[in-house]
Amino acid sequence: MIGKHRHLTGLEPLTREEILSVLELATSMKEVLRRPLKKVPTLRGKAVVNLFFEASTRTRTSFETAAKILSADAINWTSSSSSVTKGETLVDTALNIEAMHPDILVIRHPAGGAPELVAQHVSCAVVSAGDGAHEHPTQGLLDLYTLSEHFCAAGGAPAGAAPDFGVLAGKTIAIVGDVSHSRVARSDLHGLTKLGAKVRVCGPPTMIPQGIEAMGAEVHHQLRPAVEGADAVVMLRIQHERIGDPLIPGTREYSKFWGLNERKAAEWLTPSCAILHPGPINRGVELAPEVADGARSVILDQVENGVAVRMAVLYLLAGGAHEAAEGGARA
Amino acid sequence: MTDTVFIEGGRVIDPASGVDGVRTVVVRDGKVAEVAERLERPRDVRAVDARGRWVTPGFLDLHVHLREPGQEYKETVATGARAAAAGGFTAVCAMPNTVPPNDNTSVTELILARARAAGLARVYPVGCISKGMKGEELAEYGELQAAGCVALSDDGRPVASSALMRRALEYARAFDLPLTVHEEDLALVGKGVMHEGPAATRLGLKGIPAASEEVMVARDLALLELTGGRLHIAHLSTAGSVRAVREAKRRGLSVTAEVTPHHLALTDEDVARSRYATAFKMAPPLRSAADRAAVREALADGTIDCIATDHAPHSPVEKDLEFDAAANGVVGLETAFPVGLALVREGVLSERRLVEALTAGPARAFRLPGGSLARGAPADLAVLDPAREWRCEPALFHSKSKNSPWMGATLVGRCTLTLVGGRIVHELAEGGR
Repeated sequence: MIGKHRHLTGLEPLTREEILSVLELATSMKEVLRRPLKKVPTLRGKAVVNLFFEASTRTRTSFETAAKILSADAINWTSSSSSVTKGETLVDTALNIEAMHPDILVIRHPAGGAPELVAQHVSCAVVSAGDGAHEHPTQGLLDLYTLSEHFCAAGGAPAGAAPDFGVLAGKTIAIVGDVSHSRVARSDLHGLTKLGAKVRVCGPPTMIPQGIEAMGAEVHHQLRPAVEGADAVVMLRIQHERIGDPLIPGTREYSKFWGLNERKAAEWLTPSCAILHPGPINRGVELAPEVADGARSVILDQVENGVAVRMAVLYLLAGGAHEAAEGGARA
Repeated sequence: MTDTVFIEGGRVIDPASGVDGVRTVVVRDGKVAEVAERLERPRDVRAVDARGRWVTPGFLDLHVHLREPGQEYKETVATGARAAAAGGFTAVCAMPNTVPPNDNTSVTELILARARAAGLARVYPVGCISKGMKGEELAEYGELQAAGCVALSDDGRPVASSALMRRALEYARAFDLPLTVHEEDLALVGKGVMHEGPAATRLGLKGIPAASEEVMVARDLALLELTGGRLHIAHLSTAGSVRAVREAKRRGLSVTAEVTPHHLALTDEDVARSRYATAFKMAPPLRSAADRAAVREALADGTIDCIATDHAPHSPVEKDLEFDAAANGVVGLETAFPVGLALVREGVLSERRLVEALTAGPARAFRLPGGSLARGAPADLAVLDPAREWRCEPALFHSKSKNSPWMGATLVGRCTLTLVGGRIVHELAEGGR
């Protein structure tokens, strides 16, 4: 359970305290992850099924790694090799997998709300690994974790110290790119605003969804005012597969007006401003290679923290908190 | 005992005849024989005690999908008519998007034969505007009318070609048939699945802008002005459409419009609150609070002529899916009255206007018989208990499909008795749920 929630389908339903409880647990999970012998028996005997209806490498590997470090059995299922190609519905697929008694279903799906639909039909826990343009809650959590870590370090905290997540309050984060199609942007927005940060979103008007202000975002269409004075910038991936939609005329113009290169980063960003990206990066489109690999980039920290956050989520949803209370194995 | 029925002590609300008060309605030989304050009841007639209830003309629904022929697993003419009777509807217009579509007389005749066999409600078939609803060639309006069609529509599909729409309006004039139009610019709809706005943004669902309806309403009003004829806007849902229709009526164009109970009651925020429940997915989608306020006001002031349910039965095969993949549409015949009555309690509509929007309003729009309890009219009437609380559950529905946004809700207001042509076609047992 995360607070009162049996499932993690988004950050929108979570309270600030529930989000903090996951992040705090992720700190001890990160310590386990960094051990030379990184296997603990915490979730031994539990089964985690990764149900991926969309191609994914890093998220699926991250969940699989997280499950295996905690000694859960991780089973990967992808739709290309499944009965979905034979016309089976999502609910049928979920019920069939559920009949094999998994403890957690991790679902990636191209339709918004798919994990919630599954959660209504199965008795095991459901974790969204990204649903359509809705939410990608573990990405949101790992971004919160990475940003907190960065701000604590920039504020002089000793290396390796546990981050203080209160540090996000009052910070300004810019999210740049195709916000309309981005589940990362939505989870970041929910998480950041709940922890007291200010969020600017930026992109061409065709990529900014109507009414995003109601989620607490300040909207910009020009990059400079969006990133100037920001404490961090989250650059979103431009999805080449969607360029066919008439959202932008092409990547060349996009890169010129909404991409970050070394010159813009040097002139427009504050010295301590961090750059995040959910990956995979289109080098030379949203980020110039020098920026993606530069000193401001915390992109690889995001990847590492992703495993820690997912360990925390799996632990809590597989009944870890309950077992811990009973004196069971603890990470 | 004769076939005479005395319905006594009920509040008769019949806007068409201007009656609102406690009356006795006498039904004889299938017709309304008398509506009077005091009448001596002979001993050998059936008496219905309607004290505390409303007695109204039977409701008319200009917009239902009966799914027969072709999709009988969702609904048949008989189950749809049964649902109609249970909701107080004595007449329904059956949209032509059956399989095959009602673009020829054999389909029209089949629907009418099924309706006669069921004998539960008057079923008026609506023929297609275009052959196969493909938007390419005009259907045979004269033949369709001769077989029993009362209007024309490609409902479910907008008429994309302005040129064909022009010809349809012109040609239909020869038969004085109204065109009832589904207004959506499909290019603007794109892959949208709910109203475009903050709720869609939060849910990460693709939005359908209000303008997708409004540009088509504007186009068709311009064409109506060019051609003459009769245009009826189906399930009007936006403030912009309301403005356009209001202005067109002011200029004297022959346009009428309907609104559904769900667009009157719900908004896109209800989709968000339901967490992707597909019983809230329909076309046009549930709109913003401002749009809802506009359609409410327009129904109250007569800009919108009537309430139509757009009863759209779907089975779990089409609905128990991801929101993106689920079919559009909700059932509505059995919940229209309590949903309308809630608007009366909210002060949106008067009781008289609610009844008018379900009876005389639709009858006038399509020039159908019924919608009145005038002496000599067919005895199509409903007895309604405006205080009856009931829990909307699947087992209570007579429709084959249960895709209602009110499933599980407690509703107030229920039809207790329905007569068609003087014959009782629905009777709720005393104390029945």
